Amino acid sequence: MIAATARLLDTARDGWTMAGVLAVMIFLAVLATAGGIATATASRALGATLAGQVTVQIVAPDADTRARRAAQTVAALRRSPAIVHVVPVSRAAVADLLGPWLGSAATEADLPVPALIDVTVAPGRDAVAEVRRIVAAVDPAAQLDAHGAALAGTDTLLRMMMLLAAAIVALMIAASIAMVLLSTRAGLAAHQLTIEVMHRLGATEGQIAMLFCRRMARDAALAAAIGAPLAWGVIVLLGEANAGTGSQLLGGMMLGRPGWIAAVTLPVMVVALAALVAYAAVRRALGRLA
Amino acid sequence: MLEAAAHRVQRRWPMAAIVQFENVGLRYGHGEEVLRDVSFSFVPGAFYFLTGASGAGKTSLLRLLHLAQRPSRGAIRLFGTDVAATPKARMPLLRRRIGMVYQDFRLIAHLSVADNIALPLRIAAQHDDEIREAVGEMLAWVGLAHRAEAKPETLSGGEQQRVAIARAVVARPDILLADEPTGNVDDAMADRLIQLFASLNQLGTTVVVATHDLHLLSRVPSAQMMRIAGGRLTDPTGGLRVPPRRERA
Repeated sequence: MIAATARLLDTARDGWTMAGVLAVMIFLAVLATAGGIATATASRALGATLAGQVTVQIVAPDADTRARRAAQTVAALRRSPAIVHVVPVSRAAVADLLGPWLGSAATEADLPVPALIDVTVAPGRDAVAEVRRIVAAVDPAAQLDAHGAALAGTDTLLRMMMLLAAAIVALMIAASIAMVLLSTRAGLAAHQLTIEVMHRLGATEGQIAMLFCRRMARDAALAAAIGAPLAWGVIVLLGEANAGTGSQLLGGMMLGRPGWIAAVTLPVMVVALAALVAYAAVRRALGRLA
Repeated sequence: MLEAAAHRVQRRWPMAAIVQFENVGLRYGHGEEVLRDVSFSFVPGAFYFLTGASGAGKTSLLRLLHLAQRPSRGAIRLFGTDVAATPKARMPLLRRRIGMVYQDFRLIAHLSVADNIALPLRIAAQHDDEIREAVGEMLAWVGLAHRAEAKPETLSGGEQQRVAIARAVVARPDILLADEPTGNVDDAMADRLIQLFASLNQLGTTVVVATHDLHLLSRVPSAQMMRIAGGRLTDPTGGLRVPPRRERA
């Protein structure tokens, strides 16, 4: 019965063009969705990692004083239950950091290099205030470098990228709806005689609209079957490439289960939306008939 | 086979009038009325010819009869139902009780003959087995069983019109309307089509044929004639049981 009903719309007037364009839109929309979600995940992961990290700089000019105050500061920090981790940065590690700027001079013993202490504060606390309170009691001249502050600019960029991804997805969906509307209107014009005859023979608006709804769902499903797997393949390839970079920033760019659910759900939603839009458009057009 | 077809189209009518028009007027947009103060009634099982010159309003009257158009004024009752008071959602159910044959056939080109005939039954959501049986009977009745899978464009005008008639009656309508059904066929085929209408009428179906070809009127002696001119019905149904002699000339 369904096959016979499907024949009522001319199969020669196929929707390959619309399906092709819709496939490209679904491909791009899935990629944009995945990109946005991965960026959001990376932003959250990086923020969570860096928010509790502070580096303390003991800047006393005298090397002995500097070493003594550094040891006292480390001890004071380790006594605090709010501090999770305290790691004095070795002189060699500091020399490695300075090497690119100072060359061999970075390793000279009489170079007044600050003593550095990496501190990790327990989550949920104001890291800078907590460390400042402890360190000020030992060395009021010590300087603090909150790692989270360095992320401020990057965080803004990441948020902009997420918004951009969301805007692209919204635009793609809007363009898809416009495409479906145009295709449906073209279909209405192409099948005017069929619609008129069916209407005169007593077909309900719902019956006629359902013909177009099924046709559109079929074309959109075809588009999704082409566009979505291609996008998923690209996501997998990019994920594998990203995993090999070892970058702290890019390493957090993972889709995870919610991201994959979105990437799989989006094409299904586009198919459902296309069918719904076609149904509504036909019902509206038929509403003008007597 | 023909008996089965006869059973398919046979009807009994409990009501006095199958169609009633009371002071019906019709205008398209803001133009002048194309139908004015049209009042008449059809009794079940009768055969009516609706005559008049081109542009007199025959097609407009048929459009009102098969619910393609709502009247601008007046009242129409179909099968005892006030059309104006009928919700739009229920109009398809009324339309399914009306068969319509067009001058230009209005067959769907990409469907086979059998699928065209089956269309009203598919719309009525009948089972495939019932559809196959009914379509087979109709094909035999109109003499086109051998062309069941042909596309309409491969048929002659007369064959296409017979397919259109089969489509119009396959769902056992209470009334059959035909708008200039012989306009695109030769005289021999016109005779054959009118005989099909007459045989349907003998089986109980109310038949209304709009035509400007007065020669057709003599083919169905029992038919009643309605004449429309300038949008007005000049010989309302019941007033003339037999067409006047001057109209037959």
